[in-house]
Amino acid sequence: MSLEIKHLDHIYSQGSPFEFKALKDINVTIEKGEFIGLIGHTGSGKSTLIQHLNGLIKPTSGTVYLDGRDIFEQNKKEMIQLRHAIGLVFQYPEAQLFEETVARDVAFGPKNLGLDADEIDLRVHSAIDMVGLDYDLIAEKSPFELSGGQMRRVAIAGVLAMEPDVLILDEPTAGLDPRGRDEILSQIKKLHDAKNNTVILVSHSMEDVGRLSDKILVMYQGETVFYDTPAHVFKHVEQLESIGLAVPQVTYLMHALKRTFPEMRDDIFTVEAAREEINRVLGGNKHV
Amino acid sequence: MFKDITIGQFYPTDSVIHRLDPRTKIIFTLVYIILLFVINNLWGYLFATAFLVFVVIASKIPVSYVLRGLKALVFIILLTMILNMFMTPGTVIAQWGFIQITIEGLRVSIYMAFRLILLVAGTSIMTLATSPIDLTDGMESCMKVVPLLKRVAHELAMMMSIALRFIPTLMEETDKIMKAQKARGADFETGNLIARAKALIPILVPLFVSAFRRADELATAMEARCYRGGENRTRMNQLQFEKRDAVSFVGMSVLTALLIGSRYLTWPMPFPFG
Repeated sequence: MSLEIKHLDHIYSQGSPFEFKALKDINVTIEKGEFIGLIGHTGSGKSTLIQHLNGLIKPTSGTVYLDGRDIFEQNKKEMIQLRHAIGLVFQYPEAQLFEETVARDVAFGPKNLGLDADEIDLRVHSAIDMVGLDYDLIAEKSPFELSGGQMRRVAIAGVLAMEPDVLILDEPTAGLDPRGRDEILSQIKKLHDAKNNTVILVSHSMEDVGRLSDKILVMYQGETVFYDTPAHVFKHVEQLESIGLAVPQVTYLMHALKRTFPEMRDDIFTVEAAREEINRVLGGNKHV
Repeated sequence: MFKDITIGQFYPTDSVIHRLDPRTKIIFTLVYIILLFVINNLWGYLFATAFLVFVVIASKIPVSYVLRGLKALVFIILLTMILNMFMTPGTVIAQWGFIQITIEGLRVSIYMAFRLILLVAGTSIMTLATSPIDLTDGMESCMKVVPLLKRVAHELAMMMSIALRFIPTLMEETDKIMKAQKARGADFETGNLIARAKALIPILVPLFVSAFRRADELATAMEARCYRGGENRTRMNQLQFEKRDAVSFVGMSVLTALLIGSRYLTWPMPFPFG
């Protein structure tokens, strides 16, 4: 499904002394099957923006179209239907766990979709597998006796089990160890490749966003600064740094190498690409 | 749902009401509440209303903000009015079958509505114009002079300030959990009463879990900083009465005299008060 964000404005606590303009005239089109990385400094409006995408908060002005349908023109029933198509994983999603067992918690979403029991079982099973947990070991445990990382995975599974066409993740790896982070991200990428769903990943890690995304949306103080491919966005090193962001470490390395080896390309943001490029310029697979 | 509740909220401005000593404001509010129950005729209510309007203007808080707190109470006010109007015996002025309106009923219901509105608006002004920290400091030193509360004054004030501190946090938390469950297709807005009550479970369980976790973490953090209650505890900001507090105590005496005096006023009053 394609998402079209048009002239979206959002003002918190309008008319009180705490008034705050969180979004200013956002215009972004996200095509079906794209993997979008959303980055920005804390308070740049990322979380506010993604909550508009499935109608959880209403814009002050402007709107969002999902496959041409204005999502803020739907009635309550249609709005709930619409949320089935757009899965949103919040920051620290383990706060949403409530059921007695893991399996029942993951089943909460599919149950709300009105699926039959067999289909629900199937989806719960595959969602728990997908986040890298062992179904037989964990399904009948209480979610509250799991470790923090496991709770996170269960919570993500709860959204994946709904098999949304658009999957939005708000910093799904915040507070996880490096291994857990890589596992969760690679599962998300795998799912994206298999199902060709649309993914919007909010992250603070330039490495992750650069490696995974087709396009990067950079936000600063409620406005979109860049919306382009990683190669194009990471060219603007100074501008990114001036808004409190950075480019991947390896890109800095390539910039430094370019000073010694002028023929070196510096529009590189993954370790693999950097290795190839260094090999190309410095010759063969020799160790230098 | 939550944004209509103004009791307990703070609205910062630089007015003289905000700068009054919290003890002055607490004592003033208490006296004001008691006086509202002393008033027994229209003149008294007019004086009290005039006084409240004066305080609202002096506090520089928008009138709409004060009135927002009343919106949540419209139902209670209407219910009290209706019950009093139909249930008070006396001189009948209108009758349909067994339902009757009496002059006394009409009078009592109007007084009741006045009293409730003045009560809620008056207390909201106090909390709107006093920061939570000032409020609990004031409460603590007011409680220290009450014989029975003396020994637990600090603990009560600490509990109160923690409770006040956590109201917005828990509201935010509720909002967040509600959104997360909505994103998972939960439906809080349609269906009958039982379905809706059941739909609250996915919100209440995580909310309680996080409230207990927060309480536990806070207790640990306080103990780690050697908190051990109020004994021998000194404070950074000592409360200090200023000239403006003296002025407002004089004002309070005048108001008290005026409102008690209004009971004996016999100026002609309009229907149905005459």
